[in-house]
Formats: sequence, C-alpha cells, structure tokens
Amino acid sequence: MPSLLEKHLQKDLLRFLTCGSVDDGKSTLIGRLLYDAGLVPDDQLATLRADQFKRGLSEPDLSLLLDGLQAEREQGITIDVAYRYFSTEQRKFIVADTPGHEQYTANMVTGASHCQLALLLVDARKGVLSQTRRHLAVVRLLGLQHVAVVVNKLDLLNYNRETYLQIEEQIQALGQQLGLQDLHCFPISAVTGANVVHRSEQTDWYEGLTLLNWLEEVEVQTSIDGEPFRFPVQFVSRPHQDFRGYMGTVTAGQISVGDEVLLLPSQADNQVKQIVGVHGEQPSAQRGEAVTIVLEKETDLSRGEVLVLKKEAPMIVTDQFEANLVWFGDQPLRPGKRYELRLGTVAVPATIKRLLHRLEIQTMQELPSPQLERNDLGRCELALEKAIPCDRYEDLPATGSFILVDRVTDNTIAAGMITATASRQVVWHQGRVDKALRSQLKGQTPKVLWFTGLSGSGKSTLANALEQRLHELGYHTYLLDGDNVRHGLNRDLGFQEEDRAENIRRVGEVSKLMLDAGLIVLVSFISPFKSERQQVRELMNPGEFFEVFVDTPIEVCEERDPKGLYKLAREGKLPNFTGISSPYEPPDNPELILNTHQMSQEENLKQLLSVLRLS
Amino acid sequence: MMSEHLKQLEAESIYIFREAAAQFERPVLLYSIGKDSSVLLHLALKAFAPGKLPFPLLHVDTTWKFKEMIQFRDQTAERLGLELLVHTNQEGLDQGIGPFSHGSRVHTDVMKTQALRQALDKGQYDGIFGGARRDEEGSRAKERVFSFRNTHHQWDPKGQRPELWQLYNGRLQPGESMRIFPLSNWTELDVWLYILQEQIPVVPLYFAKERPVVERQGTWLMVDDERMPLEPGERPQNRMIRFRTLGCYPLTGGIDSTAQSVEELLEEMLQSRSSERQGRLIDQDQAGSMEKKKREGYF
Repeated sequence: MPSLLEKHLQKDLLRFLTCGSVDDGKSTLIGRLLYDAGLVPDDQLATLRADQFKRGLSEPDLSLLLDGLQAEREQGITIDVAYRYFSTEQRKFIVADTPGHEQYTANMVTGASHCQLALLLVDARKGVLSQTRRHLAVVRLLGLQHVAVVVNKLDLLNYNRETYLQIEEQIQALGQQLGLQDLHCFPISAVTGANVVHRSEQTDWYEGLTLLNWLEEVEVQTSIDGEPFRFPVQFVSRPHQDFRGYMGTVTAGQISVGDEVLLLPSQADNQVKQIVGVHGEQPSAQRGEAVTIVLEKETDLSRGEVLVLKKEAPMIVTDQFEANLVWFGDQPLRPGKRYELRLGTVAVPATIKRLLHRLEIQTMQELPSPQLERNDLGRCELALEKAIPCDRYEDLPATGSFILVDRVTDNTIAAGMITATASRQVVWHQGRVDKALRSQLKGQTPKVLWFTGLSGSGKSTLANALEQRLHELGYHTYLLDGDNVRHGLNRDLGFQEEDRAENIRRVGEVSKLMLDAGLIVLVSFISPFKSERQQVRELMNPGEFFEVFVDTPIEVCEERDPKGLYKLAREGKLPNFTGISSPYEPPDNPELILNTHQMSQEENLKQLLSVLRLS
Repeated sequence: MMSEHLKQLEAESIYIFREAAAQFERPVLLYSIGKDSSVLLHLALKAFAPGKLPFPLLHVDTTWKFKEMIQFRDQTAERLGLELLVHTNQEGLDQGIGPFSHGSRVHTDVMKTQALRQALDKGQYDGIFGGARRDEEGSRAKERVFSFRNTHHQWDPKGQRPELWQLYNGRLQPGESMRIFPLSNWTELDVWLYILQEQIPVVPLYFAKERPVVERQGTWLMVDDERMPLEPGERPQNRMIRFRTLGCYPLTGGIDSTAQSVEELLEEMLQSRSSERQGRLIDQDQAGSMEKKKREGYF
C-alpha cells in the first residue's frame, strides 16, 4: 500500500472548539489554518476569489470558508455551532465553531460538550477581556483540560514582544486560578499567517511550536486505568430464542468476558458470557467501543439500565442530585415545573426543586436568583420520579451529564452536569398517595403561613404580594382571606366571640387539608386571640406552621382605615371591633414580625421568602 | 489493523443507529445507492448484528439514475436479504418531468423532494436515516445529528434543538419526523478509507472506465440511455472517467481519471484539490441553493 495512504490510515482524531468573537478574527484564523495547510479545495478557492473580486478586497476573505448559512454570510456573523472537518497526515480534526458573544454561552457549551480541547482567541490590542475570562470559565466547567490561547492581530502591533508576554502572563495566571492544567499561548496573526502553520520572521523571538504543530501533537487521551466501568444499555437485541444481547457503548473503563457485573438500579448480579464487537466476538471492550454484551444468567434488562463491575466502587443510584444547569429555554427556568430528564440512555420525569444560585460567569460569583434566563448558568437541586444510576460529571462525564426536555414543546431547554449526588434510600409507597408524595410532585415543602394583625395592618396586601411572587417562582399556593371565607364557607357565622372562634377553627381545618394536598397556604385573618392561634398551630406538624405577626400600630391602621371600619367602630356602630371594642393579643413568639409602615413591601417579601427558605 | 479515527467514527455511528432505533417507532433508511449509502448500510448491519435490520430501506427513484446504480441496488438488497421499498412520483412521471425537458430545479423538486415527501407520508416514518455528511456543504455544517422536521418535512435552521454530548432528543408530536445522520462527522476521505478497510462493495461507476460521454457545462455527462438529447451531428466519445458522487445521470458530471480501485482512487484524491459536490450540477443553480432545498425537505 502506498505510504501516503498508510499514514492516513494511522492517524487519530481530535475534536476542538473555537471560541472568541467575530472581531477577534476567529473565522479568519481557521480559514488561514486550512489555507496554509493546503486543505482548501480548488473550487472553494475559486469561490473565494470571486467573492474577493465582487467585494473589491485586497486579500481573499478566509473567514468565508467557515461561515455556513446564507443569512449569516450576509450579516457576517456566525450564530450557531458549525462543524468543520480537516485532516493532516497526523490527525483528523473536527472543529466546533461557536460564536463568542455573551448571549451565546449556551452555544459554546454545546460545542464544548463534543470537544477535547478549546482554542480561544484574544485580540492582542485589547488584551484579556471579561469575555476571555468567561470563555475560560465555561471551558473549565465543561471539564476541558487543554486550551490553546491564540493572541491574534499581532501584525497590528508590529509583533510587539512585550505586549504578547504581558498577555501570556495574565492568561497563565487566570488559568491557574481556574485550575486549567494545560494552557498554551501562541503569538499569531491570522491575516498574515504568522505562527498558524508557518513560523514568521516577524516573531523570531518566539521559540515554541506553531499552532498547527501543537494541535497535531498534543496528547488528549486520558488513561482508562482506574476508571470504573460503565455501560448504559441502549437497545436489547433478541434475534432468536437463544440470543439476548445488550447493545450499547462502553462510556468508561473496561470489561472482559467472565467479569462479574451488577445491573443497576436493580442491583442484580450476573456475569459476562460473551462480548460481540464490530468484528465479531472479542475478549474485552473498553471506553468508546460499541458492543453487544451477553450475560450468563437469564435476565430481563431494558434500555436505561446500567451495567457496572461488581468489584469496583458502587455507582450511586438516586432520585435527587445537585447540578450545574445551562439554560436554553425561551421561557426562564422556574423551580417546580416538570421536565423530561435524559441521562445516558434513560429518560425520566424530573422537577427542578430549587435554584441554589446563578453563576455570574464573568466573576465566577454565585449569586442568589429567583430564575435563570436563556444563556444563564446556575446550580440547581433536581428531584427525579424514580431513582437512576448516575455519576458526578467531574468524575465521569458520560454518566454525569443530562439534558432537560420540555414535555409540551419537546424542545431541549437545558443541559446539566451533576455536581453532587445524595445516596438515598428509595422508599416505595404502596398504593397510598400521601402528603409527601403530593408535595414531591409539586417540588415543594407544604407550609401554612398565618398572617395575624389588626384590621388595616396590611396583612392581605402582603399575603397577596407573596402569593404572586411564589406563583412566579413556580410554587403551588392558596390564599385564604377573612373576607372571602366569610362570604362562603363561614357565611353562617357572625362576630360574637363564639362565632369568631368557630371562624378560626374552620379556617384552621381547611388550612390543614390544603397543607395535606401539598400546597403552600397563606392565611390572612385578624385572629386576635392567642389561644385560637395556638389551637391551629397544634393541628400541624412542627415546622409546618409559620405565624407572621404584621405589627402595624393601631394609629397607623386607623389612619389608613381602608374600609372605613375604624370610623364606624369609634362611632359605636361596630361592636366587638378588634383594637377598639375588643382586644388584640399579640403573639409571644411568632416565626416572623413584620410591619408595613416602616418596612417596604419588598423588604417584607424578602424576609418572608427567607423564613420559608425559598430565596 | 484498524485506524484509530475510523474506529471512533464507526462507534459513534453505531451508537446513533441504536439510539434512533430505540427512540423511534417507524424508522426507515433512505438508501440512495451511492458510496455514503453503502457505508451507512454497512454500519447499520454492524449496529444490529447478529440481528436483522429493524427497519426497511427506501429508495426514491427518479427514473433517471444510472442503470448500473439500479442494478447494484437490487443486487445488494438480494445479497443481504433486505426489505427494499422503491418509490417514484407517479404524477411527475405522468407529466413527463425530467431534467432535460424541465431543467434540474424542477426535476429535483418534483422527482426527488416531492417524491420523498410522498414516500415518507405514505409510510408514516418518524425516524429517517440519511447518509449526509456535514463537510459536504456549508448549510449542512450546522445540521444536527437528529434533525427535526415539522409536519411538512421542513427544516428550520434557526430553530434547531441544541445537541449536547451524546444525548439525542427524539421526542416528536404526531406527523413530525426526525432525519438522522449517522455519518455527520465523516468526510469523503473517511468514507473511502473505511470502504477500503472494510472491503465494502460500491457501484462500479466510482472507478475509472471508458464510458460514452458528451461535454456539458464544462463537465462530462455520460450517455446512459437514449433519452440524452444530442446536438445535431454530435456523437458521444469514449473517455476514461469516473464519478465522485452519483445521482441522476443527466445531473452528474464525471471527471477524467485512471483510478480503477479504491487504493488508486484514494491516491488520486489525496493529491486532488477539488471538493466533492463540484460534479453535481444541482448545487450550483443558485447561491445558497442547498440550504433552500433543505428547508423545503430535500435531504
């Protein structure tokens, strides 16, 4: 066989990501790489020249080799992930090209999820920008260990060595801070081609490899030694009675015929009888190989289950975990909604229970936030409807990454990387739907918030505002208000002492039923007597009842007098009116004291959310 | 000895095949007889061995394919014991639509794009395997491996589902479908290297041979049957040519070559510097023409 052909049959494959903005000259750089390496076909060169002539350019616009869709060509920007392929005799390269603007973080994450290495552009005239920091942070988050930083446009600075060294120093410091292992800088001009494929006389002070040389030589394969075996079952093959094979791709580690395995989540044990690969039977298989595994003992495995090695550390099986999420949805993330979670080959309904924080990618700061918007990154707690085997992304990316799919639109609306798993005993509830199950489905902890205070103290306004806010956050709520209840359920009750007590008792019971339904119940009642409030408290479990005292002084309430009741009471026309003709007993130890004359509504809401642990 | 990069591509394609077979109820493999289809079929057989293919093959026949292609198609189906479905747009045929009488644009639209839609609607397929590769043309570079089509078989390049890691979202509503491209990350070079390594049979038209040709728009068109209109006094000449891609013979240009085996062809390719679809007249109708066709439902 001719030697040139033989070389092409021995090369390996490197997938890399390019990030940086149009202005940094990214497309031009890749165009230059292809052009100087002699990889641009003649007919494409002809198209380039025609374009150059049409637009009256002095040099062909090499960026055109990369930009794909018509609209983008016209606008001169890349908007999505585009893939480009080229190969030298050493390596085949798959380039995922992603846009650099801040609003495209999601695209960058998508590109990075397919890559082993990132190539990051920095405009030498601008130096390290917040964007550079953001790109490096995303690269780190996705677990890419190798980064090439192209310090571009050096031609515009007369190939100034000092500027380059300064930038290099900053980049290295940043890399260290983020924990990136392998970071290389290159002094480059994509327009003139300096140090892309060929060295340049202009940068005789640079002694390192050219970009292409480095890309051809960098070692990116990680060893499978010590990596635990993972095999998510993808497809069950039953061509005839005597053969049942489990098809799938080994996502980590290795396995041999005779190995003892566990099936997850069932934990049943078994043994490998046979491994069938792309060229027939083989004694073992390792990460990356698509094989069919036949087991000794007859069993009924199905898609979504995972084979692991018995002798290795156990794989976590859990129905809840914490994860970094990248949000793609047009609608913001709101905790509480159900999605379909896809991890490995399993699909299971899941709820985002809580948004722990949003990650401000520029500064890597974790900020509290009620929601995530498109392109935001954040840490969440997820609850799954059944326990599945999974890993931390950092340990094993293939079994630690997932997507969330909107069950109505079918769109992929988030990508996730598991950061922490909680091993939890899975309790099977047999045939009885109880409070725990109802609230699990809603992704919330049911509670009763009992607002007490004088008429006009602002209880109802506050309870209304809180319900509004909780609803926006995706919680299931119900507001019981004195006036509403008296129009229906308690229509038969008056304002004598007995009736007022019965009024509170009934509302207490209704709150309890709603609590049992898994709701967050807001109750806004004057409820002036300690003993009655105590009775209601005792209906609930500890930690479920929150007494909120709206401590607005009577002078303020009377001045507000929204319904003109104080006036009537002063005139003696309303007997038993709390604060005037009937006492109000303030709580001794309420869970929260608020007032509406010194504190703003926003401050009050903040306190309420924090006491509910929802902020 | 198997090349590391081909091994990775092969495993990736097999994964995609299995994933689609598990996620869709009525998959079908669009078989277009060319080298990419040969590789696609080879990978599909590997993906499900020792079982049978869990889906049929579908060929959309414009009635203008090279005779050798049809022969190869039927032999392949018979040799491998495959279920092969052939569909032709009968209306188009009745109207006498063809590339010579109506031009490549109308012919492709009626006999390929519309015919494909008819066949897909008829079979109610939800997952359709195709052999397209991202390196073939600019607009394909951004297409997903699982590429969503609405109920009218249309592609929306701006509304594609994000595709991360190896997690393919195949959820569909009734009437919607997914085109699945297991060869997305393969290049023409990879395809030929793999054909060499795996000894995969391909249509002999890919290898140089003396063939009767006429010159049209700077390329050699083979006179495959009597439907080829000749200029007054024009006679086909015999030339050593081969084809880089195969389609309808009046729309597929041949190139001068002496390569008579896969090795020779690869040698020639490694030295040549012309991209693959150049011989296809279909892409050169208008700027951005492939993107237009794809939006309308062309593969």
